[in-house]
Amino acid sequence: MNAPRAQCDISLTVNDEFRTLRTFPMERLLDVLRGRLGLTGTKEGCGEGECGSCAVLLDGVLVNSCLVPVLQAQGAQVVTIEGLAERGRLHPLQQCFLECGGAQCGICTPGMILAAYALLKKNPQPSLHDIQEGLAGNLCRCTGYAQIWEAVAEASVRGNRG
Amino acid sequence: MTGWIAPAWSKMNHVNHKHIVGMPLPRKEGLDKVTGRAQYIDDMSLPGTLYGGTVRSRIPRGSIRKITFLPGIPWDEFVVVTAKDIPGKNCVALIVDDQPCLADRMVNHPEEPILLLAHPDRHLLPQAVESVKIEYDPFPALFSIEESERQQVIIWGSDNTFKTYLIEQGNLDEVWAKADYIVEGEYRTEAQEQLYIENNGVIASFDRGITLWGSLQCPYYVHKALMTLCNLPADKVRVVQTETGGAFGGKEEYPSMIAGHAALLAMKSGRPVKIVYDRMEDMLATSKRHPSRTRHRTAVTREGKILGGEIEFVIDGGAYATLSSVVLSRGTIHAGGPYFWPSVRIRGKAVATNAPPHGAFRGFGAPQSLFAMERHMDRIAARLGISPVEIRRRNFLKPGQSTTTGQTITEPIALDKLLQRALSLADYEAKKERFRSQNMSSSSKKGIGLAAFLHGAGFTGSGERYLASVVGVEGCADGGVRVLVSSTEFGQGTKTVLCQIAAETLGLPYEDVEIAQPDTEAVPNSGPTVASRTVMVVGKLVQSAALGLRQTLIGAGLLGEGHSREEFRTACANYVAERGGLKSWARYDPPSGIFWDDAKYRGEAYAAYSWAIYVAEVTVDLTAYGVTVDDFVALQEVGRVLHPVLARGQITGGVAQGIGFALYEKVVWQDGRMQNAQMTNYIMPTSADLPPIRVYFEELGNVHGAFGAKGIGELPIDGPAPAVVNAVADALGTGFDSLPLLPEGIFRGITPAATTGVDSNPAQGVR
Repeated sequence: MNAPRAQCDISLTVNDEFRTLRTFPMERLLDVLRGRLGLTGTKEGCGEGECGSCAVLLDGVLVNSCLVPVLQAQGAQVVTIEGLAERGRLHPLQQCFLECGGAQCGICTPGMILAAYALLKKNPQPSLHDIQEGLAGNLCRCTGYAQIWEAVAEASVRGNRG
Repeated sequence: MTGWIAPAWSKMNHVNHKHIVGMPLPRKEGLDKVTGRAQYIDDMSLPGTLYGGTVRSRIPRGSIRKITFLPGIPWDEFVVVTAKDIPGKNCVALIVDDQPCLADRMVNHPEEPILLLAHPDRHLLPQAVESVKIEYDPFPALFSIEESERQQVIIWGSDNTFKTYLIEQGNLDEVWAKADYIVEGEYRTEAQEQLYIENNGVIASFDRGITLWGSLQCPYYVHKALMTLCNLPADKVRVVQTETGGAFGGKEEYPSMIAGHAALLAMKSGRPVKIVYDRMEDMLATSKRHPSRTRHRTAVTREGKILGGEIEFVIDGGAYATLSSVVLSRGTIHAGGPYFWPSVRIRGKAVATNAPPHGAFRGFGAPQSLFAMERHMDRIAARLGISPVEIRRRNFLKPGQSTTTGQTITEPIALDKLLQRALSLADYEAKKERFRSQNMSSSSKKGIGLAAFLHGAGFTGSGERYLASVVGVEGCADGGVRVLVSSTEFGQGTKTVLCQIAAETLGLPYEDVEIAQPDTEAVPNSGPTVASRTVMVVGKLVQSAALGLRQTLIGAGLLGEGHSREEFRTACANYVAERGGLKSWARYDPPSGIFWDDAKYRGEAYAAYSWAIYVAEVTVDLTAYGVTVDDFVALQEVGRVLHPVLARGQITGGVAQGIGFALYEKVVWQDGRMQNAQMTNYIMPTSADLPPIRVYFEELGNVHGAFGAKGIGELPIDGPAPAVVNAVADALGTGFDSLPLLPEGIFRGITPAATTGVDSNPAQGVR
């Protein structure tokens, strides 16, 4: 896909850092994060919004960054997996994914953790059913999801601070 | 809500380094994965990198008449590679070497690579690839097992046949007359896409030699393929595995192809070249699970004893031989299931069609032939009017009996006991009864089904002897220990478990043992990471090499028999300081009593088997004809469980893929080309589609592998499909014999007017 030729300035806050970039307005947020900002923790799995590997938070809302033109992130707060740990301290979700076996090959993990983060923000004490539904936009081919659900449930017990 | 299992971390407080094996330790690379720091191939870039693209065949079979570079593209900016640029042999070196790396004159399947392009701007590639026009003279092509068998058109060799096997035992001709029943059935499975979430990708750079980084399972397969293709000696080819985002067999042989492409572009351009497929290219062009057809004809007594049977197992290998002969071998050996066959004749055959070559996918032929076996057991039970439980119980292999290849079972397996425990965990009998009465008054029907199966660990027959794997354990200058293997981590836990084995063997804390990133310049060839062999075969070698390391330190007078962590570290550091290095090697030595006859296909097919009983509970909704799996019990005997969290993750993940194979995942073909090469319309199970899979292990005190561990990775994909389809049959009172079982298949199967033939074959699909 050819981006329009005119570039423009886009300002956004990524993981609490204010950035201004000269970029094509229709460039995918995913490519800007990975290519321009070097935040390669956000992954591309399908490029069509099905797998959720590229999920990030845009003003607190979970989005697939492969479907978001960077123009749409003008003035927005973006959180990627790199922004979840605070001062080197893992977020409870990261810790629980690690302990419960929620990450196997790891390629879906950043998006999955952000989806879980968005879920726990809305619903701090989700039932199993809530978790199953809440993560249904993020595909994992390794785990069969069980240990991911457990990681999310455990993180909700430990308190979703963050 | 079913089965929350207490997370295993709660036991972590009890970890001490005397008992590292069996503990749920954190994954070695886990921290990098949960923080997004893990570097996959597409996260890596070298200065001056060009991006590579592949021009592929649009037709299934024909000769290339003309190649035209259409106007509108700045072609002088592109590096172009054709078959004529190949310095070595134009093949993807594997077993038969029949597959070209770039088609030259002839194409034999859609999406076959013909020409390569590279450019500094990756966004320019798709349009450039589209602007290479190729004109063909089409030849007739074959798209199914049956078309290939008819041999009206020959597309490979003299008879379209890559390989055949014959397994024979007893005197089959005598059994038919003695049988009370002769039960026949035909079963089919379709292609399945591995659907690792990270697509195939590599980076190659050329500077006197090739260095190749990639998402791959088998660094030494790629090493061999690049030597052959680029005409380079072993020391001029270096292959490094990067963090790999899932593989499941799909990165066993195909990386040799894409690595070859990147290497050719790098050699021609003198610059690093990155090729990372997008999802559609990955699904269209790379290998999938072999479609299969299995026919059973079984002689049974009225008491339900199998007297003997004929099994014919045929797989569609696609256009080139690749790994089909080996997939066929495993499928043929597993075709008789975990049962005793006094007489049997099993014929296996892999045929050619004009689809992209089918290849390795977890299970490797066994899920196909075991689906047939386990559906057939239910068919026999139905014919005899006995229960699916009884037919299995009466025919289970017992210690002292032999498998279809004549391998005597010496392990203390107790399949009866395993079955009993699985049924009780699933509450099988009570549910079966309850569903029968509930179904009469309900518009949705519930059913429960089971599957019993086995999976051989390691390479088949003499395979491990030929591989002659080598493993190293290194003592480092800081006193730590490093495991040196070419075994790759792609989610299963290779790094973690091999470090656990070395740490426990040396009496060191887990943190003191690291593992080298697989790099052919730094690690020995410990064989491919396939065939559920890593823990059992490579793990055992790690144990030997670790013992050797300790012996060296003891022999040098630096270490006593009993030692503390600090004493070991000091001894190790001193040894390295004095002598410059400390490495201990172990080479595979075949266990005694293992005999295999490649010509007759008889003997010890595998050093060990894992065994399992799976029970699935389903609801079939009769308004939309969808199937929901409500509960799933997976009970297995895999020897000693070395890491409970990883082991359970292998089972739940394998079961999920198996449920996908059964109910969701359909490759729609047209003239050998996949029509639904997108995640939008190739459907795999989501988080909302699966129940919490209940996983149980039975440990019987095994002697194989490191600390008694056998293979685990592939076993869990063998059983779910037959268990689920048997459950659907239980719910509806109608059997289904083809995968995948989609709603339209169920509709056709139970709606008399919609059934076109006597033998309903609802999911046969477009082919």
